[in-house]
Amino acid sequence: MKADALSVTYRSELGLVALAAAVFVALALLPPFIGLYQTQLLIYGLIAAIAALGFNLLLGYTGLLSFGHSAFFGIGAYTVAFLLRDLQIHSMEGYLALGLPIVALTSVLFGYICVRHTRIFFGILTLALSQVIYSLALKLFWVTGGTDGLRVARPSLFFGLISFTGAGSFQRFIETYYYYVLVLFAVCVIVMWVIVHSPFGKALQAIRDNETRAAFLGLRIRRFRLIAFTISGTFTGLAGILWAPLNGLATPDVLYWPFSGEIVFAALLGGFRSFAGPIVGGILFTYLKTYAVATTEYWQALLGTVLVLIVIVLPTGIVGALSRLATKSELKVKS
Amino acid sequence: MTILLQTVDLRKQFGETRACDSVNFIVQQGEFLSLVGSNGAGKTTLVNLISAHLQPDSGKILFEGEDITFATVSERIKAGIARSFQIVNLFDGLTVFDNVALSIFSRQGKTARIVSLAKYDREVRDEAFEVLGQFGLRDKSEIDAGGLAQGERKLLDVAIAYALRPKLLFLDEPTSGVSTRDKAQIMDTVSNIVRAGTVTAVIIEHDMDVVFRYSDRIVMMHEGSFLADGTPNEIRANKDVANILLGAPLSA
Repeated sequence: MKADALSVTYRSELGLVALAAAVFVALALLPPFIGLYQTQLLIYGLIAAIAALGFNLLLGYTGLLSFGHSAFFGIGAYTVAFLLRDLQIHSMEGYLALGLPIVALTSVLFGYICVRHTRIFFGILTLALSQVIYSLALKLFWVTGGTDGLRVARPSLFFGLISFTGAGSFQRFIETYYYYVLVLFAVCVIVMWVIVHSPFGKALQAIRDNETRAAFLGLRIRRFRLIAFTISGTFTGLAGILWAPLNGLATPDVLYWPFSGEIVFAALLGGFRSFAGPIVGGILFTYLKTYAVATTEYWQALLGTVLVLIVIVLPTGIVGALSRLATKSELKVKS
Repeated sequence: MTILLQTVDLRKQFGETRACDSVNFIVQQGEFLSLVGSNGAGKTTLVNLISAHLQPDSGKILFEGEDITFATVSERIKAGIARSFQIVNLFDGLTVFDNVALSIFSRQGKTARIVSLAKYDREVRDEAFEVLGQFGLRDKSEIDAGGLAQGERKLLDVAIAYALRPKLLFLDEPTSGVSTRDKAQIMDTVSNIVRAGTVTAVIIEHDMDVVFRYSDRIVMMHEGSFLADGTPNEIRANKDVANILLGAPLSA
């Protein structure tokens, strides 16, 4: 019976791996069919998905709602700009190698302060700290460029193997960078999937569900929250690092609190209770915002309406609603 | 008989109320002990003090001869003290299997493992299924704990504490709010575990039928101190106990 149970889990996981592989292949084949603009938009979508995936380790799995994840995204983006301007680093791998430790360190520092509290107090602390960073970026304009931000040139990829200058370089950059981001996105998804299914991930969910009982299993609650916070911030920081060269500019608006709100929005849109929710939400939100901005002057009102509708009609988000539908039809087929 | 746990003049006061008034409590190795008494007698406070859910105002707690008065929750769990709660405390978003497996991961110091998949840990998996089997929850292992019926929730609650493999297990009202049939199942399970000789159990219980039927020893609390201490037969014969249980004034 034990063996049976185990083989059933293996089988269900095989299905999952097959599905994920199919999605990956489909994404990889997409660019020639959708054209340059849509490819660029999809890169933005994948980056938003990485940010939301990181964010959701805290909200969905640890039960902590951060309103300050703009800080990690923004610090990632500005780190790239500083590395380029002050250290003349032009390599994407250089940005990753130096940027990731920096966003991880920032996350530890923020986390150390914030995880002493939970619920609204946690949220307010993350919000306050992130706005300290925002105001620094705004006021120290001789360092950060103030509201203008800092320019980020197109970096070379694969340790300088491919660089993007001369005619048609924008197109080549988008076409290559898409795969660069897609692979990192896939790595992030796999790493995060393993984390939430590890004993550590289960412990986080236990803390989310019942802090008191988790303490009486001998779990060191605050330490677990700090580690989750650090991983979460680092993922979102990675998204910021990837975003800066694509955007060509590190601007203070990604440090401003509405951007934290957009990350929350993305997670809610896809559904923070499911693993795939924030991924789908991140990509969909990118499209939603882009088309809302293009369609109407009142795009914020449009996004706000969508958010209200989601919370009321689809509290488990799009992925949550879809998986419920799937379960229902499965039951119908069986009966 | 060896003494497993001993409290020395343990005190805890909430405002004017003396919830624990110089309590000298002794638990012998391997016994099944019931703490009884009316609401507010201090039973839960005593368990909270011993499990580090509360800090005492004064007094000492000795476990296997070691002073654990100032030990943290996790240190006491490591030492071998586990508890369940009066109100069922489960991890509702996790499966029944994960609820129990987590205790085992915690006990084995594996909760820091971040790059291994929880369900493929054979050792933990086998043990979790064994515990679930003992508690009759094996068929429910893949259901979310939030989806269990009340009696099953109580059983799982005890199973989580038991999977920590404690030497001393406190169960705060393990049968409150469940049907008579479920009560018997829960108590039989707990009793079997104790009789197997691996764990000492202290339960807080209001149902005197349950108490008399399963306990080796009964301790009665009243207004923060011990009123009676003896075997079920001795307690049955005790007039003060009867008066309190029936709501009559003390004879003294």
